[in-house]
Amino acid sequence: MAAANENQKAQQPAKPSRFFAKREKVYPRSVKGRYRTLKWAAMVVTLAIYYLAPLIRWDRGPSAPDQAILIDLPHRRAYWFLIEIWPQEVYYLTAILIFAAIALFFVTSLLGRVWCGYFCPQTVWTDLFYAVENWIQGDRNARARLDKAPWTFTKIWKKLATHAVWLLIALATAGAFVFYFNDAPTLWRQIFALDVSPTVLWFMAGLTGSTYLMAGFAREQVCTYMCPYARFQSAMFDKNTMIIGYDADRGEPRGKHKKGDSWEGRGHCIDCTACVQVCPVGIDIREGLQMECIACGLCVDACNDVMDKIDLPRGLIRYDTEQNVENRRAGKPEEMKVFRPRSLYYTVVLVLIAGLVLYGQMTRKPFELHALHSRNPLYVRLSDGQISNGYEIKILNKTHSDAVYSLSLDGLQDYTIEMRGAGDLQADRLHVGADRVASFHIFVHALPQARTPADIRFALKDAATGETATYGSMFISGDGQ
Amino acid sequence: MSENDKKEIDQVSGIETTGHEWDGLKELNNPLPRWWLWVFYVTIVWSIGYWVVFPAWPVPSGATKGTAEWTQFSRLEKSQQDIAVLQAGYIENFKAAPFDRIMNDEQLYAFATAGGAAAFKDNCATCHGTGGAGGRGYPNLNDDDWIWGGTIEDIHQTLEFGARSGHPETRVSAMPAFGKDGLMSREDIATVVDYVANLPRQGHDLSSKGYDLFQKNCASCHGTEAKGNREFGAPNLTDGIWLYGGSKDTIYKTVYNGRSGVMPYWSGRLDDNTIRQLAVYVHSLGGGEKSEGTENGGSQRKPESPAAR
Repeated sequence: MAAANENQKAQQPAKPSRFFAKREKVYPRSVKGRYRTLKWAAMVVTLAIYYLAPLIRWDRGPSAPDQAILIDLPHRRAYWFLIEIWPQEVYYLTAILIFAAIALFFVTSLLGRVWCGYFCPQTVWTDLFYAVENWIQGDRNARARLDKAPWTFTKIWKKLATHAVWLLIALATAGAFVFYFNDAPTLWRQIFALDVSPTVLWFMAGLTGSTYLMAGFAREQVCTYMCPYARFQSAMFDKNTMIIGYDADRGEPRGKHKKGDSWEGRGHCIDCTACVQVCPVGIDIREGLQMECIACGLCVDACNDVMDKIDLPRGLIRYDTEQNVENRRAGKPEEMKVFRPRSLYYTVVLVLIAGLVLYGQMTRKPFELHALHSRNPLYVRLSDGQISNGYEIKILNKTHSDAVYSLSLDGLQDYTIEMRGAGDLQADRLHVGADRVASFHIFVHALPQARTPADIRFALKDAATGETATYGSMFISGDGQ
Repeated sequence: MSENDKKEIDQVSGIETTGHEWDGLKELNNPLPRWWLWVFYVTIVWSIGYWVVFPAWPVPSGATKGTAEWTQFSRLEKSQQDIAVLQAGYIENFKAAPFDRIMNDEQLYAFATAGGAAAFKDNCATCHGTGGAGGRGYPNLNDDDWIWGGTIEDIHQTLEFGARSGHPETRVSAMPAFGKDGLMSREDIATVVDYVANLPRQGHDLSSKGYDLFQKNCASCHGTEAKGNREFGAPNLTDGIWLYGGSKDTIYKTVYNGRSGVMPYWSGRLDDNTIRQLAVYVHSLGGGEKSEGTENGGSQRKPESPAAR
């Protein structure tokens, strides 16, 4: 051991120690092929959804905004087409997030990290920024040369143009983001009238900056160092998970190949490094699956292109599974196993969550009742011998029209409901405005009950529809004194 | 020592290890990403900014002040000022509004009860309790048994001038000390106390001696029916709600020694708006009664109260 160390030390003269590893800039070469086309399509679709979705209108009547997708923070509402969520129903959001996470796990267990390669915003925007770079500065070699070149006029304007376009895209990205939280047409006019609230301005500045930084500079480092998903997605992998695989059995031993030379006794990899040049995360896939790989398939396109040129079958690098590698070695046919315990239990969980959310939404009451028993004092004895209990009644009118409700209760023989408040309040005529929460302070008067506390249940009836909502509470008679 | 000084190189990766070992596992001493290191440095620089701007270093007289002169006290002061500015509009409205408008205007009413609730806890809760439930000698403000009246105007007057408070306009009355001052004999007091203590349950027994004694000595204030008189602040003796307690012993003490509890006056101690807010708040606690000639804001005073049993 010590001897080996000495040996290595002798070979590698001690480098000055540094506290950081300098990032080696990646210059991916552009490529054409099936997966590149898929990636373009995914980019167009996801960006179109992102930029255009806030513009979709959805009529909800006069008391609610007409934007299909809107998170209305000042008014504490979230809208998504037919669905409307109040702060009390934030569990829907939780369920949707859990659903999204499990869906990611499900897809990952089947297809590997395709989310990372095709749909993740980090990938999509980085890809878009690379496209801009490619358009202004030229392909891989031209860009690397330009970086090394002295600061001539050409270099300056090319760099300036690239960063200007990047910033424009970043600004548009930030601009679209704030639309999800504000009425888009109104904000649009405000932006052009330069009359935007400081909050919106801060968010736009921050998001422009982060988009520019993440997609222009951090790029693959986000996936490698920052992203937690990237790290734990390998936990969803098994032998049947699709990964980008280099067929080492077929490719090795690799080496340069001249046209007309025999393929006997050597592998099909001609060591052209096309797969390395196109890789957006800067790895060599021939070393096997690596943590950095985002399964985008660009190396597959690059290799297939080369294989076509040298008249060998495609698929030296391809979407593959470990199981298939083993099967080929054992002379068994390839197979794609979709139904595995892992995929099955992810499916079960997904169906369960989706079912719960759907059930919750379909049985969602148009109004809600809450009753909170007053605790100070718990009960009051009145001069006629009756007992009074106070309650804070909260009515959530989730409809988009004003409503009148009548409040009654079950569990007491003879009771009256008294109210204190502004105006002539009557428990059988409670007015609650559209899309509003109203609270009322009521007093229930009844003779002392045999049981204390007695279980009671308030019932709220919508005068127009006849629908009811109930809420359990108690009536406390005390010691009857 | 010399063995330990040597840096150990991992055979597989060729990277130096940190030298630590956990159950046979060793950690590679990989360098950090550059962006990470820069963020780390920036946070250090940022923290220096904190030292300069905010109170930071302990010195004999407390701590360095910081260029922003920030303290929690100044922040509190600022927020109090902000609140005062916010309130100004409401207070103007409230000042101008008479009670019957406040009792019918949702916003004014909400403003009054919110302000009243806060002022109640500061000024009234000491005697009446945080929930207004009172205690021995201090009336429960949640019930409908008012000694001086339960309309918003009555409550306001009691709040403003108090009862036996020493204010020139105070509400005043006295329960005489029948025993101590020799107005009644001990036996008669015992008889009338017996009679009064049973009133809520049994009502009037016109043939009893207690009835005669009551009519002779008590009815001038408490009324022939013993239902009290709010003009004199004489409590209703038939409703089973006792300010000092309903046992015969306690009632005996009340009759023998008299009672003269004090409700302080708040006029001049609290500003008019706060007193009016308190009146609305106390009225909202449950027992508030409707004012004469108005439709809204409370229950009608029940002329006849059926006994519990």
